[in-house]
Amino acid sequence: MAEKIEKGISLWSDAFQRLKKNRAAVVSLFLLAIIMSSCIILPMIPGFLIDPNLQNLMLENLSPSSAHYFGTDHLGRDIFSRLMFGGRISIAVGLITTMVSVFIGVIWGALAGYVNRKLDALMMRIVDILFAMPFLIVVILLRTVLEPKTTQLTDWVVNLIVTDGASVERINTVRTAVEPLCSLIPLFIAIGMLSWLTISRIVRAQVQTVKKLEYVEAARSLGLGNVAILFRHILPNSIGPIVVYTTLTIPSVMLFEAVLSFLGMGVKPPNSSWGVLIEEGASRMFSNPMQLVFPSVFFSLTLLSLNFLGDGLRDALDPKSSKD
Amino acid sequence: MTILRCIILTFTTILLVNCQRETQVEKANRDKILLVGNGGEPKALDPHLVTGVIESKIISSLFEGLVGDDAESDSVMRPGAALTWEHNPDFTEWIFHLRPEGKWSDGETVTAHDFVFSYNRMLHPDTAAPYVEMLYFIKNAEEFNRGKVLDFEQVGVKAIDDFTLKFFLKEPVPYLPGVTRHYTWFPVPKHVVLSYGKMTDRFTRWSEPGNMVGNGGFVLSSWRLHDHVKVVKNPFYWDAANVQLNGVTYLPIENFYTETRAYLAGQLHVTYQLPPDLVDKMRAEYPKEIREDPYVGSRFVRCNVTRPGLDQVKVRMALSYAIDRKQLCDTILKGYEAADTYSPDLGDYKPESVLGFDPAKAKQLLAEAGYPDGKGFPRYSLLIGSGGTRATSEALQAMWKDNLNILIDIKALDSGSYITAQQKLDFDLALAGWVGDYLDPTTFLLMWTKGNGNNNTGWSSEAFETMLDEAAHNQDAAQRLRIFEKAEKLLMDEQPIIPFAWQAKTYLLSPSVKGWPPLLLDNHPWTAVRLEK
Amino acid sequence: MIRFITGRLLQGILVLWVLFTLTFFLVKALPYGPFQSEKAMPDHVKAKIIAYYGLDQPVSVQYKRTLKNVLSGDLGLSTRLEGRPVDEVLHQAFPVSLQIGTLAMVLALLIGIPAGVISAARKNSSIDFMLMTGAMIGLCLPSFIIGPVLAETLGRKLLWFPVMGWAAGEYQFLILPVVTLSLGTAAYLARLTRAGMLDTLSQDFVRTARAKGVSGVVILIKHCMRGGLVPAAAFIGPAYAGIISGSVVIETVFQIPGIGRHFIKAIEAADSPMITGIVLLYGSFIVLGNLASDLLNLWLNPRMRNAAS
Repeated sequence: MAEKIEKGISLWSDAFQRLKKNRAAVVSLFLLAIIMSSCIILPMIPGFLIDPNLQNLMLENLSPSSAHYFGTDHLGRDIFSRLMFGGRISIAVGLITTMVSVFIGVIWGALAGYVNRKLDALMMRIVDILFAMPFLIVVILLRTVLEPKTTQLTDWVVNLIVTDGASVERINTVRTAVEPLCSLIPLFIAIGMLSWLTISRIVRAQVQTVKKLEYVEAARSLGLGNVAILFRHILPNSIGPIVVYTTLTIPSVMLFEAVLSFLGMGVKPPNSSWGVLIEEGASRMFSNPMQLVFPSVFFSLTLLSLNFLGDGLRDALDPKSSKD
Repeated sequence: MTILRCIILTFTTILLVNCQRETQVEKANRDKILLVGNGGEPKALDPHLVTGVIESKIISSLFEGLVGDDAESDSVMRPGAALTWEHNPDFTEWIFHLRPEGKWSDGETVTAHDFVFSYNRMLHPDTAAPYVEMLYFIKNAEEFNRGKVLDFEQVGVKAIDDFTLKFFLKEPVPYLPGVTRHYTWFPVPKHVVLSYGKMTDRFTRWSEPGNMVGNGGFVLSSWRLHDHVKVVKNPFYWDAANVQLNGVTYLPIENFYTETRAYLAGQLHVTYQLPPDLVDKMRAEYPKEIREDPYVGSRFVRCNVTRPGLDQVKVRMALSYAIDRKQLCDTILKGYEAADTYSPDLGDYKPESVLGFDPAKAKQLLAEAGYPDGKGFPRYSLLIGSGGTRATSEALQAMWKDNLNILIDIKALDSGSYITAQQKLDFDLALAGWVGDYLDPTTFLLMWTKGNGNNNTGWSSEAFETMLDEAAHNQDAAQRLRIFEKAEKLLMDEQPIIPFAWQAKTYLLSPSVKGWPPLLLDNHPWTAVRLEK
Repeated sequence: MIRFITGRLLQGILVLWVLFTLTFFLVKALPYGPFQSEKAMPDHVKAKIIAYYGLDQPVSVQYKRTLKNVLSGDLGLSTRLEGRPVDEVLHQAFPVSLQIGTLAMVLALLIGIPAGVISAARKNSSIDFMLMTGAMIGLCLPSFIIGPVLAETLGRKLLWFPVMGWAAGEYQFLILPVVTLSLGTAAYLARLTRAGMLDTLSQDFVRTARAKGVSGVVILIKHCMRGGLVPAAAFIGPAYAGIISGSVVIETVFQIPGIGRHFIKAIEAADSPMITGIVLLYGSFIVLGNLASDLLNLWLNPRMRNAAS
């Protein structure tokens, strides 16, 4: 009996129970699962999707039909396929760069908020400087420096996968698979470098508020170390704004990817991403509105779901909220 | 409820106020002000400092060259600052007789000395005028500009008296009157320029609103960056009695969707460029207002012929034959014309058409070059700038893949890196274009000579240059063109550039604007434009 | 407190110097130089122009000279605009960006903060759901979509507002760009305020107050507003600095003569004086904005005041 109760209130299953009660979160989880799995699985089924880069200028700007579920774009390419393939890139970019930036931002902000005033000042002034840096110049320089490196990296990865005696065909298949991801690495670095600043400021402000609260003082008087206090008591109490800011970072990062793509840093044409599809659709919104509507709907639905799921998770993980 | 009522009240007020108000175009029609979309912000208005088309539109209203722009035709040479002109039999010496009644906008007389001063300023090495090559037709001009000749007296331009200007040219230039319509040949007022600084000072207050004095139909009255340039009628212009407009407002709208919207909302009389994807819609909805005029611009793929593979003519020809130009111009480049040679329509100049779409021949040429079915073909990339060329590049990429089975990457760059990469020959293929300055094949052909700053292909040909030279010294206008046609044929046979489209000027023009027939160079003199309600 | 502010301002000067130095050398490191154009000019002319601007001197000499000029208040001549003084350009463009940015920020605060507070107070209700959906859609539909849509509907179709232009800041020209510019920031503020409020609402003292029978509204306004606004306050400083430094999208869509496009074009043309000028301007606002943000934070957090002074 005692054992059963113990299990019942273990953190994760408890959180899951609470999450299940949150209707918005459940629907969001469901939607997310559908969108993400179709982006991942559908392109893998041979022959199911039309080649997203197959161009037929005779079939430009078609309306949705049974042959092209979402119609075709200005080059006669199938929009549904492009959305599915582009989703892979956007989701990868969104998740990876957000993780990088949240990781840097949280650590930096938490340290700045917790350490002594001199170090705090230095750390925050560095943030000020990075804020005011002209990002376009940084991007151009990063591209110039990193571009030759990505080719080397691709070669290296290909050599790692392919054994010496492999046929040219095999090398080419591996290369086409590896290349898109390798060519995105400068992008990860650029966005990771530039998007952690605001979150570090928010976390610092939160930490400064929380560290003066009674229970932290209590923990300190109990003799807990700084690291333990920071990670066990202070950060968990700042989780709300962190989760929220994370869900806010994802859409801006995904759109930022498109901006960089037009500067030669993100996804390379003819490949696509949701950001690029939205940018291209936006420029044609008054001649072919559907080319904007479909990518925007996918994009918004994904991020809305992510957002409500984030809120739900935050509530579910917050031990205090259960007492309400 | 109160809030709701307030909101409704506010909106009705706005609505009523706005319904009564006339559009900006209607007001401008009453005031006789032409509202022009000008495509972008001018860098400067001093004719000696700029190189662009955008600046040229404004400068042409502020100044007038020896020969004026004709409202009806590009090939008519209408008297401008000069009343008459004559030349010696071999076109190397020209005399222009200025209008004695010609005045600057401050009332001073325009003299031949102003012209000489102007060419002296433009050619002086210290002025560092970027477009100075346009004056190199004049004898010793290049030498003076390069500092090899120090005395301007030796340069072939002389004021015989106050109203007679004589040019000694380094070679026969039968088309000189057309060249003098370009803003690099315009006069600047000596007395005004010198009152704000030395002759060779680059940026002085003389070109600001209020200070700037010109001899054109209009005077600069206001300039706010990224907002507007306004010019008003010049009462001292020799033909002011026949100028119908009271002024012109240039709006430097860079976003052509914004510009089109502004036109449709009655904020503009004429737009600079219609976005290609709106062409069909506008053809259907505004058939009387859409204008599709031919224009002297050519779009091409520039090849770096120093790259292994691209150094073979067969490879370049294969890439060329694999492009379906007609389809390209029917879809993405709506309004443009499929190019069958490099130079667009220039009147009597008719080079042989050699370009075409022939996938079988393309494949065969590629195989002959050593890449059967694209096997072993190097992985080239196609350079594009950050403008709206992505769709074109993707279309070309797919055509090359489908017809030749080769993979070409697309490399998008910011505009600074894009230009520099071409100048440093740090590219394989690049999407590029060229717009002519005047109606003569030289404006398209001279750039492909060895070492020319606009060549950027690594390609050069002695035979080609011999032909250009031969044509330059030929005194028979027709024969001269025939030699140029042969030179262009040679250029096309070698294909260091792969032309695919000739530009068109597709824009919207308000029905209230009169006196605006299609012009190849698109230099519509405002002095002949009228506004009717 | 005065010592704190003076200290921060001194740090700010240091920040600006570092920023100036970094920008100066980054521009020099760009893979292209100034005076590039589609129509190339002869090399000897280009050499003359480069010498005219003193760009042929060793970089260290250029750096010292520029620093000296900047310290004496002279930002130099724009190379892209053929020698027009940088301060003249900023003098024209910055008031426009300041006006639009400030109005947009005020509007964003007026929309974002109440939306966040209401959402938090009515957590998981339908109004919360609607407000947050609205906020997220505001984020997912960037200004390059919202701007043209507003201009096309309210501007071109209904003719309520001009679709573009500035006209020296007449009010009807301001409305569409300000609304477009504010939506994204409003969405951020709403989400951050909601999160901050929720965190505060779950604190022990709120439960105590509730147990004592203090009414919900009083708790919300009197006890929670301060703590709940901490995340939003940290965001406002840099956001305001960013919003008044010009938005390229808004400026292009609505043809606004602000500072944003000057900046982008200056970078594309490696126009060093213009770039450093704008970066210094932006940097000063970042310094001031973050200082204001931190002061606001101190005010919201009475407990931290001792630490600061």
